[in-house]
Amino acid sequence: MDKIWIIIKREYSVRVRKKSFIIMTLITPILLGLLIFAPAYLSSVSSELEESEQKNIAVVENDEFYFSRLTNSDQFRFTKIPESEVDNIKNNFSESGYFAIVDFTSEENIINFISDKQLNKNIISEIEQYIRQIKREQNYKDEGFDVSDISNLEPNLQFNNTIITEDGNEQGANQDMRTALAFIFGFLIYIFIFMYGSMVMRGVIEEKTNRIVEVIISSVKPFQLLIGKIIGVALVGFTQFILWVLLSVLVANIAGNTLLSDNSVGIFNSISSLLVGINLNSLILYFLFYFIGGYLLYSSFFACIGAAVDNETDTHQMVLPITIPLILSIAMIEAIINNPDGTLAFWMSVFPLSSPIIMMVRLPFGGVESWEILLSTTVLLLSFLMTTWISSRIYRIGILMYGKKATFRELYKWIKFKG
Amino acid sequence: MQEHILIARNIVKQYENHLALNDVSLEIPKGSIYGLLGPNGAGKTTLMKIINQITAPDSGEIIFNNEKLVRKHISQIGYLPEERGLYRKMKVGEQSLYLAQLKGMSKKEATVKLKTWFEKLDILEWWDKKVEELSKGMAQKVQFAITVIHNPDLLIFDEPFSGFDPVNTSIIRKEILELKEKGTSIIFSTHRMESVEEICDEITLIDNGISILQGEINIIKDQFRNNTFQIELNSNNLKLDGFEIIHQDENNFTVKVPSDKNSKELITEILKTSEIISFNEKIPSMEEIFIKTVSNG
Repeated sequence: MDKIWIIIKREYSVRVRKKSFIIMTLITPILLGLLIFAPAYLSSVSSELEESEQKNIAVVENDEFYFSRLTNSDQFRFTKIPESEVDNIKNNFSESGYFAIVDFTSEENIINFISDKQLNKNIISEIEQYIRQIKREQNYKDEGFDVSDISNLEPNLQFNNTIITEDGNEQGANQDMRTALAFIFGFLIYIFIFMYGSMVMRGVIEEKTNRIVEVIISSVKPFQLLIGKIIGVALVGFTQFILWVLLSVLVANIAGNTLLSDNSVGIFNSISSLLVGINLNSLILYFLFYFIGGYLLYSSFFACIGAAVDNETDTHQMVLPITIPLILSIAMIEAIINNPDGTLAFWMSVFPLSSPIIMMVRLPFGGVESWEILLSTTVLLLSFLMTTWISSRIYRIGILMYGKKATFRELYKWIKFKG
Repeated sequence: MQEHILIARNIVKQYENHLALNDVSLEIPKGSIYGLLGPNGAGKTTLMKIINQITAPDSGEIIFNNEKLVRKHISQIGYLPEERGLYRKMKVGEQSLYLAQLKGMSKKEATVKLKTWFEKLDILEWWDKKVEELSKGMAQKVQFAITVIHNPDLLIFDEPFSGFDPVNTSIIRKEILELKEKGTSIIFSTHRMESVEEICDEITLIDNGISILQGEINIIKDQFRNNTFQIELNSNNLKLDGFEIIHQDENNFTVKVPSDKNSKELITEILKTSEIISFNEKIPSMEEIFIKTVSNG
């Protein structure tokens, strides 16, 4: 046991001291923070600028049909200008003081916006709505309808989505937030399994091609080396994950305080209001469980592949078959989200090769029964024990076998091989 | 009765397409240097791997220090494999400590001993260097130190001199002999027959998985004496009655003494006609014995 501990320590300390690890660990949260805050920051800045001033809109019209009905607001002030002025303004927009020209003169039912810059979509659609409304009311009047009657007929409905949580409370739930969490957790598991699984594989290949493995195997059992390596790398993954979470929170706080001032509170509030009805803490606990379970299951496969080949280029054809369940799970995420409690979702969240991803996609929607979780976690644990046993048998032969590329049939023979 | 550090009985190891070891037995006396000889692919390395419990025999048993060889004995054995390697990106000192700890040493003890050995082998200054910065010979020295660091009762060297220049070869040879003086038993495999003659007490010659020659070097050499003598005379003219001249090169003669006669009679016969400058029994070298045995077998 203490030898496994020595191996774990080496596998861990060698990896966390690597430059690539340190850089990845530091840069990812910063990029992530920027990714989240840059759009929020930019939109808050630009909306502040645009909303702050009233815009002068020039109206060109043959009669006064629209102009007489357009009323000034905080946002817009409408000024009628003669058609002869249009060219003057066009030539010198910036000094004219006008934000845009709305031209009704070209043809019936065709309205032109003229401006010297790309107009904000929101502003255009607001003016559009306004003009449409004017025209619509006129049309109703022309056909003899009473406008006030019609607006009364507009259905006034409100849609609420309520989910009964496990503790029996009714809570409002934000479907978008659940979908987002499903995707985030699903992809994180996928990325982590791949990243750390292939880290184990490369470690095995390194020892094999270095031939140091014979020295180690004359001191410890192959199984001890395998388990030590897998656990050591898992701890590297944990360290990275925890650092990412801590640094992300830190970056978010700093960015929030310096860039967003008052708005940051609003953003955090709106995020936490979106999370109402979602038990984030238990989700994170499940995430950690499925991350470890999935990683342990797959990394023992990856270790086998590392043991079965002589160099990294030979791994590709063997990696593909074992990653198909992972890739398939990712491809199925959308289908699962559409029906998180369906038959497909159930079976894929029990099948151990897809359950780490699919269960994490299902869990944010809250409809998973506790016996399903129990079943899924038990199956995952049992299959981990089985694959580790099988892998260690392949591993112990593979690491000492040089010069030939093992086929799957040969791997099967190694499993049965005694001694 | 002589005490044995290791006894192997009737070891058989079958690989998929060939029999690597076919009923090999050997007994290694305590405190001796035991040579394991044989052409490439004869099964030497397989036998070493079995002794190190890297791989298991199909049948046969191994007794280590009067006990059946089991896992716990690993800490009493040191193994320097022929294909040796280290973690390239790891520092020499850190790596050596790791491997010593895997052998069951405490970190403190390992540090002290490693530093002593490193100093002895003149490699202490590489302690903080990465292995990839070392030359092949340097890395070999580090590995030698790692192999012997835990003071094992039995050391197993597979081709310990390959990759060393003559200076380092003699340093390593000196260390091996010193370890023997301290009572360590050593199994030693090599192709270099001259080093076998110099340092081995006993040998086993394996060919095609079969042990074809076994015993103390002196006795084996004795067996391979064929009463042939190398004689240098003051003339190139030699006539002998009852002795066969196998070879003549100027004043040098090789003469075979038939079984009913002895060297004394040969000298008397020569002195009748010539004056002897030198007279030596032609004792076969291990290399000749090796080649002769393997090509006959």
